[in-house]
Amino acid sequence: MTVAVFFGCAFIAFGPAFSLFVFTIARDPLRVIILIAGAFFWLLSLLLSSLVWFISIKASNSQDLRLQRDLLIFGVFFSVLLQEVFRFAYYRLLRKATEGLAAISDEDTSAISVRQMAYVAGLGFGIMSGAFSMINVLSDSLGPGTVGIFGDSQYYFITAALMTLALTLLHTFWGVLFFEGCEKSRWWVIAAVVSLHLLVAGLSLLNPLYEGSLPPVYVITLLMGVWAFFSSGGSLHSLSAVCTRRKAEGESS
Amino acid sequence: MKDLISINCVKLLIPALFYTCVCSSSVEQKIYVELNQTVPCVRLLNATHQIGCQSSMSGDTGVLHVLETESDLDWILSSGPHPPYMVILETSFFNRSVMMRMKNSSRVAGVAVIVSKTGLADNFSPHTTCPNQNTGVYSENYGPDLANCNVTVWNPFGNGLSYEDFAFPVFALKDENQTQVIRKCYEDHNQRVNGSAPQYPLCAMQLFSHMHAVTDTVTCMRRTDLQNRFSINPEVLCDPLSDFNVWTSTRPLNNSAKGHAADESVVIAATRLDGRSFFWEQAPAAEGTVSGIVTLLAAIQALYPVTQEAPPTRNIFFSFFQGEAFDYIGSSKMVYDMKRNDFVIDLDNVHSMLEIGQVGLHSGRSLWMHSDPISRQNNSVDTEVSEMMDRMRSAAAGLKLTVDHPSVSQPLPPSSFQRFLRERQIPGLVLTDHNTSFINRYYESMYDDAENLNVTYPPGLTPDEQLVYETDAAKSLAEVATLVARSLYVQAGGNESNLNNITADPKTVAQLLYGFVIQKNNSWFRSLLPPEVTKKGVNSILSSGPPQFYIGLGPRVHGPAHSVTRFVQYILANLTGSVTNLTESQCQNPSELSTENKDLFSYFWVSGPASVNSTSEPFCVRASVRLSKAVSPAFELLEYGSRNYSTWTESRWKSIRARIFLVASRELEMLTLGVGVAVLLLSLLVTYFISSKAELLFSSARETPTTTY
Repeated sequence: MTVAVFFGCAFIAFGPAFSLFVFTIARDPLRVIILIAGAFFWLLSLLLSSLVWFISIKASNSQDLRLQRDLLIFGVFFSVLLQEVFRFAYYRLLRKATEGLAAISDEDTSAISVRQMAYVAGLGFGIMSGAFSMINVLSDSLGPGTVGIFGDSQYYFITAALMTLALTLLHTFWGVLFFEGCEKSRWWVIAAVVSLHLLVAGLSLLNPLYEGSLPPVYVITLLMGVWAFFSSGGSLHSLSAVCTRRKAEGESS
Repeated sequence: MKDLISINCVKLLIPALFYTCVCSSSVEQKIYVELNQTVPCVRLLNATHQIGCQSSMSGDTGVLHVLETESDLDWILSSGPHPPYMVILETSFFNRSVMMRMKNSSRVAGVAVIVSKTGLADNFSPHTTCPNQNTGVYSENYGPDLANCNVTVWNPFGNGLSYEDFAFPVFALKDENQTQVIRKCYEDHNQRVNGSAPQYPLCAMQLFSHMHAVTDTVTCMRRTDLQNRFSINPEVLCDPLSDFNVWTSTRPLNNSAKGHAADESVVIAATRLDGRSFFWEQAPAAEGTVSGIVTLLAAIQALYPVTQEAPPTRNIFFSFFQGEAFDYIGSSKMVYDMKRNDFVIDLDNVHSMLEIGQVGLHSGRSLWMHSDPISRQNNSVDTEVSEMMDRMRSAAAGLKLTVDHPSVSQPLPPSSFQRFLRERQIPGLVLTDHNTSFINRYYESMYDDAENLNVTYPPGLTPDEQLVYETDAAKSLAEVATLVARSLYVQAGGNESNLNNITADPKTVAQLLYGFVIQKNNSWFRSLLPPEVTKKGVNSILSSGPPQFYIGLGPRVHGPAHSVTRFVQYILANLTGSVTNLTESQCQNPSELSTENKDLFSYFWVSGPASVNSTSEPFCVRASVRLSKAVSPAFELLEYGSRNYSTWTESRWKSIRARIFLVASRELEMLTLGVGVAVLLLSLLVTYFISSKAELLFSSARETPTTTY
């Protein structure tokens, strides 16, 4: 009966990403390409950071547990920084691409705005990082066993899924904010994104103390969502205009 | 402590998985505890049946329940709310009634038996009451009133568990530490509090032992043949049980000349080499088999110098039959080969036969000479048998043993000799320590061990001291060996004046016993075996502990031969052979030397004894010790449904493993699914809503995005 857990976790972790993809990306080939390329850039950053981590693990004394833990923390933060570097690299690439696209386009403007690219690229980052953090957990959630024989929390699978969900959304919001920051040369925005990314990564190091990590991450996600909403052109006015019929969450689209 | 650290380490690693490369094993390590020291019960098949156990293809899972009292059994079989159960059995509950009740219940997913000697009943034999019932000599045509153990039930304690077919896996847990882990998991999660059902999460166990073969040997061989014929990747489903017999003779026999040997008259002295138990490759067979092997080996050693100096008129042919527990595989093959002139001697060469059965001398010092009442209806055979008995009685004269014969109407106990009698009325005796039914209370079970054979040592001895310590069992077996050697010598026509020179060495017996029932990896065995075997890690036949006597699949699994077969072969070579000064390459290829004769002798390159502070000096031993194939003729004749020959095969399998873990409650699983579905639906709704209103929502943007595509 652990098929239920598998599907439950899969829906939690990838449900929002799936619906975003279906309604906002899938119909436009250019957006699909940008999404895939974004995912690829995230993969590149992972490749590099895992290489560094692997070398440092091999080079260090595997008996020294304190050193191993320090290395782990170093690896996490290094990886976060590398991801942001690749986000910037991807931004540069897309900027170049828009000029090219505009040049060959019939109209004067590019077929896709920078803001849209930011959102799509962020989602690409988010989907790939979500996939990487979740797939192995998902394969083990098929059972027959569940976590806990060593005294761990039995809510491991659902918290892992919730964490992945938050991460996917966070990457999307960060993508929007980061590109916005780059576009307008507001370096403090970029700094905020990087530092919040570092903070979330640090919070995940608190696991398996889920009470310590999950709520702060969700608070950050919510704040980021609101910020991203406003920075990408949303306003209270437009919100209230839409919300005459229904209240919507601050999710950027 | 180490474990704790590693668990913590895993805990540390998990959060990192969100950001760094994921090692797939880590989550698995958090969920599962693999149990390594487990022994399965596997499926065996014969012409008509399948026996043993198997799990489903993907393993059988059940909630753990330790069977400690009778009420636990009711809980498992009727009242417990979490079926199916994986039952952990204490030794004392591993008996027929409990197992059969579980077999007939659909609420049992599998059984794991804790192997320990505490709570062991005073008798336990999973074998049948009438071993090798249908392939002995007694049948409709030969002593019908003696057939099927009508006169004497040889193994009255037999409960037949080994011959049941269980639809669930049954494993034995050998490692005390892992048993503790399982118990702790059970106590932490599954223990009933005041009789109420335990709360989730519950501790569960999964056993994998899926067997490829089904129904019977006929079906399985047909399917294998079909695959061989039509499939590009044929997959064998079952293999015949097979290995090698070991034989030697006091006068070397020409191995290249098959069929009747002119001017040879041989007295066969035989015993069996194998045993079995409920679990796979767990057959200590101490009293059932080792007592016979050790006796015969010691007798051969005692006889050897005398037969060289004053050779008796007849040759003495020693044979160790493999696979006798499974309908006489070894002896039926040798008889079959003799019959079609494919062996160094034929049945005409056989003068008489003496077989050593179970001679553990458990209680008292009396031995019994069993003979076949049907062939003794023939006068000449009867005379011969009586003379044999007389010779044996007189040989026992100077020994502290009494030798007697059971009532004349009693048939032979299960013995290889029966296979010879099926072909020819050969005079012969089977020497055992039981008058009627077996004295061995743990026949063909995993408890037929050193303790059962009374091989116990005073505390505080080092392994090397134990090796040469002459226990009471060793002393009494040495007496039996002396008796056997002397009566064989006289039986072969030797001069009675030499009898006093034939005495089995209790020290050899002690060493043999130590090697076969306590520790095969000892200095003496190492010195007798070839150097490549004694090197650590190269070959597993010298692992720690006593050897196991289940015949197995011979060459496929064990390399050249089963470990016990190899031990006996090399011990024989060292006891009866002569040391030569050949080099290693010459020893392996002696046919190139004109002085050596490969037809009469085998050549063994052995390690030699290790001296105190230097490595041993290997040398070459020349001995007339041979192996002959022990595979049932049924597989050569392709008669897989044979009623005359053994048809036992062992099923193949992919994986045998066991693990424990926790299972979550259905509520938690459903909650996860519910949250998942809710998140999915909500996000679909919200995204659809936002994307349809995107123009409106983000209208205040300075650069107007193009929203429609």
